[in-house]
Amino acid sequence: MGWTRKVLRVDLTSGSCKSEPLNMELAQQYLGQRGLATKYFVDEVDAKVDPLSPANKMIMATGPLTGTMASTGGRYSVITKGPLTGAIACSNSGGFFGAELKMAGWDMIIFEGKAAKPVYLWIENDRAELRDAAHLWGKTTWDTEEIIKKSHQDPQIRVSSIGRAGESQVLYACIINDLHRAAGRSGVGAVMGSKNLKAVAVRGTGGVAVKDFKTFLQAATEAKKALADNAVTGQAMPAFGTQVMMNAINEIGALPTRNFRDVQFESANKIGAEAMREKRPTDGKANLVTNAACFGCTIACGRISQVDKGHWSVANSPKYWGATGGLEYESAWSLGADNGVADLDAITVANMVCNEDGMDPISFGATVAAVMELFTLGVLSKEQIGVEAPFGSAQALIELAHKTAEGQGFGREIGQGSKRLCEKYGHPELSMTVKGQEFPAYDPRGIQGMGLTYATSNRGACHLRSYTVSSEVFGNPVKTDPLVTEGKADLVKAFQDVTAVFDSAGICIFTSFAWGLPDIQPQLDAACEGGWTVEKLAEMGERIWNMERQFNNAAGFTAKDDDLPKRLKTEPAKTGPAKGLVSGIDKMRPEYYKVRGWDAEGVPTKETLARLGL
Amino acid sequence: MRVRLKLYAMLSDYLPPEAQSTNTLELEEAEEITVASLIERYRLPGKWVQIVLINGVFVPPEERARRRLKEGDVLAIWPPIAGG
Repeated sequence: MGWTRKVLRVDLTSGSCKSEPLNMELAQQYLGQRGLATKYFVDEVDAKVDPLSPANKMIMATGPLTGTMASTGGRYSVITKGPLTGAIACSNSGGFFGAELKMAGWDMIIFEGKAAKPVYLWIENDRAELRDAAHLWGKTTWDTEEIIKKSHQDPQIRVSSIGRAGESQVLYACIINDLHRAAGRSGVGAVMGSKNLKAVAVRGTGGVAVKDFKTFLQAATEAKKALADNAVTGQAMPAFGTQVMMNAINEIGALPTRNFRDVQFESANKIGAEAMREKRPTDGKANLVTNAACFGCTIACGRISQVDKGHWSVANSPKYWGATGGLEYESAWSLGADNGVADLDAITVANMVCNEDGMDPISFGATVAAVMELFTLGVLSKEQIGVEAPFGSAQALIELAHKTAEGQGFGREIGQGSKRLCEKYGHPELSMTVKGQEFPAYDPRGIQGMGLTYATSNRGACHLRSYTVSSEVFGNPVKTDPLVTEGKADLVKAFQDVTAVFDSAGICIFTSFAWGLPDIQPQLDAACEGGWTVEKLAEMGERIWNMERQFNNAAGFTAKDDDLPKRLKTEPAKTGPAKGLVSGIDKMRPEYYKVRGWDAEGVPTKETLARLGL
Repeated sequence: MRVRLKLYAMLSDYLPPEAQSTNTLELEEAEEITVASLIERYRLPGKWVQIVLINGVFVPPEERARRRLKEGDVLAIWPPIAGG
């Protein structure tokens, strides 16, 4: 058990919803969520498919621990071919939607084709049907969720939906559930929009069974104790959230600033976790209202924030006055430091707009950073952009957030992401991307392992595929030097493979700050048939990574795409411990291929594929 | 000798109230001072002294007792943290 053993296949073209048994043979090789859904996807979809065509498919998938009593067991992922990257996309979200879907009796939903007109999928336990969504099209995710709950007269329904960004196919549109949790990266929301699928609403009352309940409960309880006893997951994350990173990463000189021109932001202390707890001089209240937890989570790192009602960005917009999802480190960085913006309330509001209309704040903020650099260089004018847009302009940030979310004016160009925008205006070198996806908040010159992480990430630049920051900055599980390239190939491979296991289990990757495979193995083995050992899980992680790589290679990616922008290889860091350093990606890449068992072109060898059963 | 002490997250509670909004304390030291002696002076709990940086560079636990601060150095300390 652990699995419900049921897949819902939704043909949007014909309007049919059919139940089929989960392939248990594949479940033994790929577990669930990221791994299993990606296996289904690569078996069913041509790697060269146009991501926004009806031939692309989109899978919403839970893991075997989703909906169980395992801590953080509320995750689900969206797997498709990403329109921002053209690579495999897998975006993972918390909140409560995933657990509700599982308790309705479904391991995953496979969406095929395209609806002739806007629809939403309504699931009530084992009943599933497509319903007309004409009245929802054009609505924000916030309004969509409210309207669906009201029309079904059930406030306990969980909703995943796209906002106007997904409808207009902003290439980094995300899918929002529970108002402010997101399957965030690579443009999975644009795929949903391309299918005329506005939302998935689900009510599940069935619960989730596990193989050996007594053993499972014991394992889950011990693992929860490990989270509570750990200073990171038990104290720092609930109190300060991921935003605690802001000042630390700035101090070590790896906080990308002003589109990666600099590696330290002089106003980092105004936009980090500590600043969120400070009372504002204007209204005497702090930005941070409380922390929050997703389904079954005993960490509770989420931020609930409220801005000053008198702040210029919301003075005439009461809908932004309430407490709602606040800044995480990545969004605070992309909307703040990367744009040189130090106005905490403005950054918070820009993040609210991203949640409201379903945009990835990392890619949106980073694309605005490229626009600000183009404006600074005189390539783009105020007339073209519609607003003066120098680095540091909170007014430009807010205006461009609204324009992009609503598909208005220059916002339509920002919605294409920085790669396409910078190419259009003759400066492709200013796009801080890998495989078309914008970087997150760690500068590869100051944390060398993250350069290799970005370059080789199967979904384009991403920190959630191999978080070597744990080792290079925080010393978990062992301290390594962030400024050297030696040993980073092995480190990145290890993080990538283990992360694939966490992402396939139904739990949050943040548990990995306290848990290793030996901590999740007893929970999985008690929940699922199949004799899940640490060794079996480790091999599975490597298998998943290579499967994703094979898809990308078949889609047309080559070793040339495992690279970083010229700026990071030729413009040394100006300040901090990494002063004078560039990324050593060209040295690390061949070492990484060798460690992976790939040839010099980044293609897995026959021996590697045979060893992994691929 | 002037040095700067920065304490973050739970450790900011160990700063004097006037320094808590900036997380920073400017110090004027008459004599040379080690990392460990400053940690002791501000009674920072050992379990929360995890990330210790001088000018952004990590100082391993075994070096903290003998590592002396120089004029203008910035000593920044965090408890165990992570993010993403």
